Amino acid sequence: MVDKISRVEVEKVAKLARLQLSDEEIEEFTGQLGSILEYVEKMNELDTENVEPLAHCLPVHNVFRDDEVKDSLGTEAALKNAPDSDGEFFKVPKILDDSSHS
Amino acid sequence: MEHLSAAELRDRIKAREISSFEAAKTVFARIEKYEPKIGAYISIFEETALAKAKEVDKKIASGKSVGKLAGVPVAIKDNMCTIFGTTTCASKILENFHAPYNATVVQKLLDADAVIIGKTNLDEFAMGSSTENSGLKKTVNPWDTGRVPGGSSGGSAAAVAARLCFGALGSDTGGSIRQPAGFCSVVGLKPTYGRVSRYGLVAFGSSLDQIGPLTKTVADAALFMNVISGKDLADSTSVDESIAPVADYLENLNQPVENLKIGIVPHLNAGADEQVLGAINDSINFYKSTGAEIIELEMPHLDYAIAAYYVIATAEASSNLARYDGVHYGYRTARPKDYIEVYSKSRQEAFGAEVKRRIMLGTYTLSAGYYDAYYLKALKVRNLIRGNFTKAFEKCDCVIMPVSPTTAFKIGEKMADPLQMYLADIYTIAVNLAGIPGISIPCGFDSDNMPIGLQILCPAFEEAKLLRIARMFESETNWHKVYPNIINHE
Repeated sequence: MVDKISRVEVEKVAKLARLQLSDEEIEEFTGQLGSILEYVEKMNELDTENVEPLAHCLPVHNVFRDDEVKDSLGTEAALKNAPDSDGEFFKVPKILDDSSHS
Repeated sequence: MEHLSAAELRDRIKAREISSFEAAKTVFARIEKYEPKIGAYISIFEETALAKAKEVDKKIASGKSVGKLAGVPVAIKDNMCTIFGTTTCASKILENFHAPYNATVVQKLLDADAVIIGKTNLDEFAMGSSTENSGLKKTVNPWDTGRVPGGSSGGSAAAVAARLCFGALGSDTGGSIRQPAGFCSVVGLKPTYGRVSRYGLVAFGSSLDQIGPLTKTVADAALFMNVISGKDLADSTSVDESIAPVADYLENLNQPVENLKIGIVPHLNAGADEQVLGAINDSINFYKSTGAEIIELEMPHLDYAIAAYYVIATAEASSNLARYDGVHYGYRTARPKDYIEVYSKSRQEAFGAEVKRRIMLGTYTLSAGYYDAYYLKALKVRNLIRGNFTKAFEKCDCVIMPVSPTTAFKIGEKMADPLQMYLADIYTIAVNLAGIPGISIPCGFDSDNMPIGLQILCPAFEEAKLLRIARMFESETNWHKVYPNIINHE
């Protein structure tokens, strides 16, 4: 039997999900995701050719309202939980690599 | 005092026979004694709770009007935002997160003069069926400390069962209120999707999540629903009361439903434990003795509910949990070598195995080339499942089945094989896919003295009828009055 999902695919998905995984985790997930996907494919027994997809179980519709100005979260409250900030901004490591210019 | 229902306690507090302060003190004394053994709570707010209790007592003493839960000590699952304390979701990634606002349900409890005593443990981000996936602590079943309390609202169920609060809120994405209620012998209600605001509930599967109560009695579930139900402008999926009015769930609670027609689904019971099925059968026979008509149903697509659910729920989860990026709030890895590692290493270090597994599964089924085969297929199966319920409710008022195929399993028993854990959700999952309300009520015990839950399902927005049907059973049985022995065996 061919595995439902390969190690390489698991690594690719981890990258998409921005999730670094250890070798052991990749190994473990390859097996586990494979057996879950195999089980899930039981859905293929059903003919759904003429069935509409149902994303939401109740009818949802746009909610309109007047655009009123109300209080929103202040800077201090918004930054309160930040792992790093400089008082006014969220702080992150440098994104642009400028080493090639030096 | 600890065995009083929330409604009874509220009445005595209002009559000034018991003070709210005294009630809260009793709860905290019990927590001090039993919590080290049970592990139901992630955080406890003794100081603020006692202050609130005093405030309610003062209000009553001065003749002011008080809310529907006046002075009643309650607990909240730790995936609902509170401006006091932390909101952790039992995850290391949110271990130190202080929410800047109260969830709508939390505010409604406070407005009803409830005394919030603490926040309860859960499977990390509500992903699990045993509370073993908590990244912060271990909760055990008060009926047997070697067994799981169920999940993901395991802390709330254990706290109510062990009398460490007088009622609690949980959330239910695939059975997370009903299953732990069944495992711990308390009442657990998952309302119709849209009946209760999700504003401030940390999102897992947004089209499936719903908040509801875990209580000692059906009347308490009705009382909590009277407090938390209704449209909320902050949650656009909460349903407008002009479309589906909120009932007074207590009003006709004790009035039996006449000419009751009950649907049962025998083909779902193939893998269930004999003793569980025996207790469910006895319960069905009880309803029969009241004159109810029993109708055997074919609901063929329910056999595919677990498959559809674990595609849809994980797809929504992978998208919802993308927000944990180590930038705005939550855990950040200590020495990221670049900005990518701020995301990927923070997530690696702070998410637990089940959360990672679900993010991986969801990302995979949503990714290019697999979307149609998995996600779209699952949405179509979801429609078929809802259709099964629509058809069933043309023939009957409610559908009755077990909550779980077995009673509470041993700690560690299902941790090695995630698929086996998922398969145990067979009876609860379809309800979330269809968006309908369901309740779990105590209906017996197996030979190991572990509780068995009876599940009753009704059409969307028929919580009032659902509660009445549950009350018919409760008022003629004593299962809900039995509490775990371990509490008295010191």
